[in-house]
Amino acid sequence: MRKAFLPLVVVLMALYVSALLLIARAPFESTMGLVQKIFYFHFPPAVLMLLSAIFCGLMSAAFLIRKRQAFDRIALAAAELTVLYGSIALVTGPLWARKAWGVWWVWDPRLTMSFLMWMIFVSYLILRKYGGPGSETLSAGLAVFGMANAPFVYLSVNMWRTMHPKTSVVPTLPVDFATPLWVSFAGFLLLYIVLLTARVRIAEQQALLDQLYVDSDL
Amino acid sequence: MTSFWRAVWLVVRKDLAVEARSRELLFTTLFFALSCVLIFAVAFVREGKPLGEAGDAAAGILWIAIAFSGTLALGRTFERERYNDTLRALMLAPVVRPAIYVGKLLGILALLAATEIVTVPLVALLFQARLFERVSLMAALLVAGTVGFACVGTLFAAMLARARSRDVLLPILLYPVTIPVMIAGVRGTGALLDPEPNIAMAQFWIVLLLFFDVVFVTLALWTFEPLMTD
Amino acid sequence: MTPRRMTWWLLLFTVGVAGMGALVLAQPGQTEFVPVSQLPAGEQLPAARLLVAAYAFVWIAVLAYVWLMWRKLGKVEREISELSSQMAKRRP
Repeated sequence: MRKAFLPLVVVLMALYVSALLLIARAPFESTMGLVQKIFYFHFPPAVLMLLSAIFCGLMSAAFLIRKRQAFDRIALAAAELTVLYGSIALVTGPLWARKAWGVWWVWDPRLTMSFLMWMIFVSYLILRKYGGPGSETLSAGLAVFGMANAPFVYLSVNMWRTMHPKTSVVPTLPVDFATPLWVSFAGFLLLYIVLLTARVRIAEQQALLDQLYVDSDL
Repeated sequence: MTSFWRAVWLVVRKDLAVEARSRELLFTTLFFALSCVLIFAVAFVREGKPLGEAGDAAAGILWIAIAFSGTLALGRTFERERYNDTLRALMLAPVVRPAIYVGKLLGILALLAATEIVTVPLVALLFQARLFERVSLMAALLVAGTVGFACVGTLFAAMLARARSRDVLLPILLYPVTIPVMIAGVRGTGALLDPEPNIAMAQFWIVLLLFFDVVFVTLALWTFEPLMTD
Repeated sequence: MTPRRMTWWLLLFTVGVAGMGALVLAQPGQTEFVPVSQLPAGEQLPAARLLVAAYAFVWIAVLAYVWLMWRKLGKVEREISELSSQMAKRRP
């Protein structure tokens, strides 16, 4: 298992570097210049973070209904990756904003929403770590609530402040910009799938270990 | 259905009877809300006048006081159940679980309503906020917001009653999830307190809060059973 | 806290401080006395640094996560092999 880990990382690195080359060759955006290229690794993690949050909520709901540990392991892995991708989006976002808007942070809807969703899933992990026995059920409940909360957060934050470039920009990007963006998106998606599978495998091994301890009563 | 509401009523009556004897929760929650108002007054009042646009500070202070004292009340309610080991007895009662949730929720709502009856006029008085100009809209905001906050809070407090480090975990879990309620409450109240009240805006926030209430009460009723079963 | 873990935290801290330093350097300096003709070149540099900082962070975050999982997996596998060898010793 551990040996299978390294080649995967190498493959991902190759994919990542190729995405980077594509990004480097993409034309400069006229008004933003070089900093526009942050977009290629800001947008994919941000979108994937939201999808991952919803995925985690669905898996948690499945766990609450079916009580199968497999769902819980996937939900935990998805929650960890939501936090990871959220951190990436939240750090690259301000780096872009510094150049584009002149400040590190603005309370713009999408940034605020990412921040709040990130906080909900950090609290998921905190509950998981410090909640003691039975916390997997409780955190599943939290994830379901967090998922259901997403549209409300979006609506309320949207009415509160507005500054972010419109989402509709993405599909209408000229091809020169769009190709590297989608390559980068595919890279992040693949990375997500690999990390998720690996994390679930580790959780399975841990469960196996616990079972072994119980069986051997050492 | 009647048996459901009878169970709800029994839970509410039990909580009210316990509370009526000591009045511990009422007094501590009320005093905590007052302390919040005082502390935020120190932060947001300069040269005798609240900072920001007319009513902005008052709206923020009011909702922060409700959220903070609400968290305190939620924690204490279930701490009391846990301390006397009555939560298990309650869970063993031969009634459907959602009835216990609804009963607990109504108890918390009664407590928060009592707190708000004191806090709202006080904030209006101390910050010259015209909270009573549009009574029906303001009341709708308060009711919808409090229900939204309490319905998530009751579920989280109940499920955390068995968890380790529950005192710290409750606010950590509750505040991020109830952020839409806070935004809607503060912005809605702010819209009403403007020199020219923005009625459409306030109505938008009330509708958002109502949707929030419906979704989260349903979710809580649905998840209470699996969450409270070991 | 074991010394080894302490070293890791120190390393992490250093990386963080270095990153912060890079970010501060990336801020455009005092622009009041810069002739207008030199501004575009000056604009390019902070943009490049921001870009590098963003890219570096993505790498650091992903690698840190992979490294954490790697360690977790190693620990689990070690425990499993220890346990199975203990059980094998017991059986005969």
